[in-house]
Amino acid sequence: MTNRVGIVEVAMTSGAETKDYFLDQVFKISKEVLDKSGITRDDVGTVISASSDVFHGGMSCANSYYWDAGAAFLKNGSRQDGESLFAFIYAVMRILTGNYDTALVLGVCKGSENPENDVLTHFFTDPFYQRQMGLNETIAAALQKREYMDRFGITEEQCAGVVVKNLKNALGNPYAHVKKKVDLDEVLASEVVMDPLKSMECAPKSEGIIAMVLAKEELAKKLTDKPVWFKGYGSSIDGFYLGDRDLLEGELPNAAKRAYDAAGIKDPRKEIDVAEVCEPYAFQEMLWCEDLGFCGRGEGGKLLESGATAADGDIPVNPSGGVLAMNPYVSRGLYRLAEGFLQIRGQAGERQLDKQVNTALAHSTHGFAGQCHAVAIIGS
Amino acid sequence: MKKDFYTVSNVIRLPHKYAAGPTFTRFYNGLEEGKIYGTSCPSCKKTFVPARSFCPGCCANLDEWVEVSQEGEVVSWTYTDREFFGMPGKPPVVLALIRLDGTDCDFLHLIGGIDQDDLEKVKSSIKRGTRVRARWNDEKKGHMLDIKCFEPVS
Ligand SMILES: [Zn+2]
Repeated sequence: MTNRVGIVEVAMTSGAETKDYFLDQVFKISKEVLDKSGITRDDVGTVISASSDVFHGGMSCANSYYWDAGAAFLKNGSRQDGESLFAFIYAVMRILTGNYDTALVLGVCKGSENPENDVLTHFFTDPFYQRQMGLNETIAAALQKREYMDRFGITEEQCAGVVVKNLKNALGNPYAHVKKKVDLDEVLASEVVMDPLKSMECAPKSEGIIAMVLAKEELAKKLTDKPVWFKGYGSSIDGFYLGDRDLLEGELPNAAKRAYDAAGIKDPRKEIDVAEVCEPYAFQEMLWCEDLGFCGRGEGGKLLESGATAADGDIPVNPSGGVLAMNPYVSRGLYRLAEGFLQIRGQAGERQLDKQVNTALAHSTHGFAGQCHAVAIIGS
Repeated sequence: MKKDFYTVSNVIRLPHKYAAGPTFTRFYNGLEEGKIYGTSCPSCKKTFVPARSFCPGCCANLDEWVEVSQEGEVVSWTYTDREFFGMPGKPPVVLALIRLDGTDCDFLHLIGGIDQDDLEKVKSSIKRGTRVRARWNDEKKGHMLDIKCFEPVS
């Protein structure tokens, strides 16, 4: 890539509930990232935000509501409805046009104010067929998990193992929402929500307001000693109806291949130093690891048991604690990216990996059972 | 739940009326007659159910209508004894993906005709591969739940 785009700084809230007013939080985080970057609002070229109106905020006036709070007053910008990793690539592309030197990317979601996740996800269905059958995200994930167990012999213990690993990692993350040391028995004994899914295998609903400053190469180098570069991106969206898809042969391999090709990655397990994947349901982390090429099909459970995905393993997955520790819905892709950014910069505090981190993968998913996937690669 | 700081509560009610279009209308008319209709793709030969107007894979028009089998195999299922928003009926429920014979996608519907008092009983009567058949409600109104459920074929 001749014109590189660098991530300069990031600022974000913790996932825990606060009594703060949403716009104050958006303002505080936007201001914080500008201050850290050493720029003012006047220096911001374009603003791209990600949010979900009615369903993850109860407001339908979109970015017009939080635009001025997000340091975007009178700015040339736009909004992505839904997953925030899409907002990131949108901002990268705007810089690559050559029309903007900097971009501010925002992901906003105040989950603590919302109804339960599945009251919202029920409306991701069509009214003619799947909504009449009561479908929601957890039902879709439960159907997917049972297939994963039936077809590839994934065990309940392996699924619970993902929760134990990620919540242990989250203990070192000041931004995590769920901070609790748990053991296998506790996860296995948690109540059945939608069999075979148990409550501790399902992500919470969290707050998550995050802002990132991006800049074109020469400016990024001026603004920081440690720019982190955008290397590649890929996405793919599978068919809409759950029943049209093989739930274990989804579109993540395609999204990953597009990102790997762009970043020149041939052997992901060797070349990626850390992966932050979006696992709203524990078993999905293992399935996504297979899809990302970290192991063979059906070997996600063994990969976990080998310790390879632990913080001290050869391919650490979710050192932040992942989405199981913090699920600010639309913002969760940007949070994955932020963790990769901090790990590459050596600024991940207590959870900093005990190795040189040059290349990070950030993954996000939305829709039912991984209908939509996006993968971004960043590096030093 | 009351919180220990000042909050403003708000309930949003949004009544919509969605146009069903000719394909879903014909599918619903089929349900009223106790029939399940799909459409087949002239290009990949796949049969989709519920019927739809285009093939997602081939980007082709689907205008070949077929009445599909009311019997098939369970592909995956989930059970809950809790109430949830939007649930069809009252708990407990078993929702399943069912591959109807001769079709090329899974049909999302309820499983019935089995003891659903507790999970172990459900597990003993329903598995991947279990053969099931549609059971209809007497009163039909052009809705997915005109099919009451799918019951194991003994
Ligand atoms: Zn076709």
